[in-house]
Amino acid sequence: MARPAASFRIDRRRDGVAVVTFDVPGASVNTLSTRLLDEVEGDLAGLLTDPSVRALVLASGKPTTFIAGADLSELGGVTAAAQAEAFSHRGHVLLDRLASSPKPVVAAIHGAALGGGLEVALACSYLLASDDPATVLALPEVMLGLLPGGGGTQRLPRRIGLPAALPLLLTGARVRASKALRLGLVDALTTPGRIAETAARAALALANGELAGRRPLPRTAHLLTHTPLRLIVLAAARRQVRRRTRGLYPAPPAILRCVATGLARGVSAGQAEESRLFGALAAGREAHSLIFLFHASNALKKAGAGDQVRPVSRLGVVGGGFMGAGVASVSLPLVPVVVRDISPEALARCARGVHEGLAKQVRTGAITPIERDRRSSRLRLTTSTADLAGCDLVIEAVFEDLELKRRVLAELEEVVAPTTVLATNTSALPIAEIAATARHPERMLGLHYFSPVHKMPLLELVTGRRTAPWAVAVARAFGIAQGKTVIVVRDGPGFFTTRILGAYLNEAMLALEQGAVVEDIDRALRDFGFPVGPLALIDEVGIDVAAEVATNLSAAFASRGLQSSPALPRLVAAGCLGRKNLRGFYVYPPAGRRGRKRVNHDVYTFFGGSGRPHVAHRELAGRLSLMMVNEAARCLEEGIIASASDGDVGAVMGLGFPPFRGGPFHHVDAAGAGKVQDALRALAERHGARFAPALPLVEAAKNGTRFFGE
Amino acid sequence: MSRTTSQSTLEPMASPRRRPTLGAAALGRVVVVDGCRTPFLRSSTGFSELSSYDLGRLAVAGLLHRTRLDPAAVSLVVMGTVVADPATTNLAREVALGAGVPASCPAFTVTVACVSSLQAAVEGVRAIATDEADVVIVGGAETFSDVPIRYRRPLRRRLIAAQKVKGLGGNLRLARGLKPRDLLPEVPAIAEFSTGETMGANAERLAKRLGISRQAQDAYALSSHQRAAWATAEGLLAQQIEPVYLPPAFAAVGEDNGIRRDTSAAALAALRPAFDRRFGTVTAGNASFLTDGGAAVMLASEGAAERLGLRPLARVKSMAVTGADPREELLLGPAIASPRALERAGVALDEVGVVELHEAFAAQVLANLELLADERFCRDRLGLAGAVGTIEPERLNAWGGSLAVGHPFGATGARLIATCCHRMRHEVARFGLVAACAAGAIGTAMVLERV
Repeated sequence: MARPAASFRIDRRRDGVAVVTFDVPGASVNTLSTRLLDEVEGDLAGLLTDPSVRALVLASGKPTTFIAGADLSELGGVTAAAQAEAFSHRGHVLLDRLASSPKPVVAAIHGAALGGGLEVALACSYLLASDDPATVLALPEVMLGLLPGGGGTQRLPRRIGLPAALPLLLTGARVRASKALRLGLVDALTTPGRIAETAARAALALANGELAGRRPLPRTAHLLTHTPLRLIVLAAARRQVRRRTRGLYPAPPAILRCVATGLARGVSAGQAEESRLFGALAAGREAHSLIFLFHASNALKKAGAGDQVRPVSRLGVVGGGFMGAGVASVSLPLVPVVVRDISPEALARCARGVHEGLAKQVRTGAITPIERDRRSSRLRLTTSTADLAGCDLVIEAVFEDLELKRRVLAELEEVVAPTTVLATNTSALPIAEIAATARHPERMLGLHYFSPVHKMPLLELVTGRRTAPWAVAVARAFGIAQGKTVIVVRDGPGFFTTRILGAYLNEAMLALEQGAVVEDIDRALRDFGFPVGPLALIDEVGIDVAAEVATNLSAAFASRGLQSSPALPRLVAAGCLGRKNLRGFYVYPPAGRRGRKRVNHDVYTFFGGSGRPHVAHRELAGRLSLMMVNEAARCLEEGIIASASDGDVGAVMGLGFPPFRGGPFHHVDAAGAGKVQDALRALAERHGARFAPALPLVEAAKNGTRFFGE
Repeated sequence: MSRTTSQSTLEPMASPRRRPTLGAAALGRVVVVDGCRTPFLRSSTGFSELSSYDLGRLAVAGLLHRTRLDPAAVSLVVMGTVVADPATTNLAREVALGAGVPASCPAFTVTVACVSSLQAAVEGVRAIATDEADVVIVGGAETFSDVPIRYRRPLRRRLIAAQKVKGLGGNLRLARGLKPRDLLPEVPAIAEFSTGETMGANAERLAKRLGISRQAQDAYALSSHQRAAWATAEGLLAQQIEPVYLPPAFAAVGEDNGIRRDTSAAALAALRPAFDRRFGTVTAGNASFLTDGGAAVMLASEGAAERLGLRPLARVKSMAVTGADPREELLLGPAIASPRALERAGVALDEVGVVELHEAFAAQVLANLELLADERFCRDRLGLAGAVGTIEPERLNAWGGSLAVGHPFGATGARLIATCCHRMRHEVARFGLVAACAAGAIGTAMVLERV
């Protein structure tokens, strides 16, 4: 019965089991689209009513996905709430038919079952998953500012219980096969080969009553889901959501509402709520921003078309500190890594860092013990630069000291081949200056990793004036292979991320000098959506590090009237280094002791004394965030970043610019370039020329254009 | 001496030429690229948490790093080990997989007591000489910090039977007749299976037979420690050691810990004989100690080495593996196998600049040296025209031997090859000889030529 252009095929077996295999033509993964719904509705209804069909199996024809969720490209187009609501409703009708069928329906899950894909599976009576590492189950809609609009908020709590379901719904966490079995999310595990056949056997056994179906919820889970005790669980979840999102993200409360409604008034009431809120969220700004970031960062994770790149077969890392160990860790899945450090103690710390990272991955089931050993076998620690010979890429991650970096690069040039790409990991030192004394500056570039390397998704690749395109291609491809989202930026003080961060942090200093209060500044920016306030951030990074970066940037800023605050070096001199010595803008409880950080009132002596004139919240958030936005626009103007899209991805993923705002340029688009320009002019009048709007903003305001299409 | 050897139950050795062997030409195309090892640590010290798998993997990973070879180019892995861990009976396979050698590369494990990794090398050379492989990693690993300790036979028999019986009654019936003593664990035997005699007792037997004095044994042991201490201080052993970083401290372990820098003739003389308390001469001081470690050597065909840009240290000229009488000749492997290997290589003992001889016991080393220089032994026992020759101390184990560095059974052979090659390079010697004895009276020897 195979129909060539269809998104699925149906195999009616002699034993009465019908196997529906999803295999969207011309795509590497299955996604749910209106087209798929159009095709499947009639056929599925037919199978469910056909008396010769005793049981059904839903399977995938793709190698590593079951169904990867809704077709986002389609959803990106669905901006009208009504349209999204209708899409969700259609899904409900279809899946309800599946769920209410007296015939056993078995989902044969091998590979990713995400979002709508998992919701399809949840509508089945029996879930059989492969025990393969490729098999992951998740409802990641919340990460895109959406909610599971296909009954997920209803069926997941009923299947695994409310306490287990809420974290999955509210964080989009991915669940591997073994954990899915433990949670009761799937009913059984099997091996991946011919899983549809195994599922057909299960379906037949279910139809014959030879196989027990789904286990009932354990007693506690049942009580916390189906009795009024659930109200306690929901209230706790609501509190936690409020604390985490500060009311800025509409999706988590919407999800909780759907769950609460469904458990109180039944599935159909819950699904009606689901459709309505799904429509509202899909039409909202937050989902729009988050979906943009998803697409933009995915695009930056793909190697350029036709990039003919020499592969890196051996990586060198100079400097075994926290950064070097992090770079080594994310590279060991790919190639042998040689880490050189002059200090045996640093090498020991590097060994520990890598070891602990691998041990954690084994614990969470991300890798097997033999894979841990394979990766750890690829690591070589050495004190000899000569051991770096034979590396195709060497990343230097020594202290941020121009002379030291030059010396290291000179040593490397003695040892490595002329085709070896030499990267310097710096957050602010200009590549041109580091490469100034190099014999082969064309193979030198900057790789700005963010700390901790294994967690932070962004990699800022900095090209110097003389950096050759082949070197950029090698480093970019390697960064992508490490799993990083790579933005390629031009050389200049602070490149892109450090520069806009520097302007923003400096503005926080100036606000302090004018009398603002530490906690007001931090609270204002967290209310704006940053994960940490600027002053707490400086404490985390280290005031000494921030001072060093500020000094590096100050000359460039001063040339256009952006005066740097002299406070940071003074704080360092006074022994305030931030979190690392428990004294910065805040005072921290000693390690191992409980307690919260308190504002360090002593710092006010560096900012005009203890009399603090009140500065309004709104003014602070606007002032600091617009400083960052304006600096980003300047970077676009100067060609530091190639596009507004790169700028948005870099600011969000590297600096924590509020994701729901989509980045500085999306922020401008949302507010309107004219309004942003006016606000900046007003700030310039009050605080000085540093707020003069950057050219791209002025032009966008004048022409009424946007950075991103309508 | 010929009188004692005539007690041998074995026939005098036949002429080597009558045996089918791989021609010298085929062997000569096999080169040693490099060799390395983990530090060798006294058992139950720094490596007590590691298995032989871990130690073998660390050695092979280190070898892959220092040769910078793409693991995909390896076409065979052979490892030796003696006290096999039941979890990794094919140690070579697990080590290869754990070290990042692709799954498509076959691997097997050999066990020939103390020459296990020499046998691994023999297998590797053969595979290359017959064009079955072109890059082979050989080596071995051993831990005595965690040996498989078994239940005794009466309990084992019942445990196996218990898998079939049902119910409490059946199990109770099984327990009948079990004595408390049967519950005690059983450690692997160290006695020779065919004779029931331990290695140490046999070393005593040999020392007495040849009249090797306690003083001579202690002096040899002292020199081994002094040489190893010197070679460590000079950084010569560092060339073959790949440091390891282990939890919880992760500080680099880069040196052997069995070398006694501060030992003296007096200190050694003060030790009591270990195997014959009253009349013996073999002590803990002039015998090798229980050691944990791993070692690996890369072999390649000449063509593959050139194609892959590898820089070989030596060429394999010949090898010989012999068997002898487990009671009277248990430790005489070097004296029996070396002449055969030298003859096959067409190299006289005088021409050999570097000799690496396994030191199980000082008495055993001295016995082998004496017999190689003994005309009657060489004529009557080996069927040679005259004595093979003397090996002066300058040529022998100049960087220390198993007595000082330690002796992880499965790893020692690969250490000997690595040390021989590194010494030949350092001393600019043309030929090297590696020889060792093993339980079961197996002897192995190999002649190498520097390239």
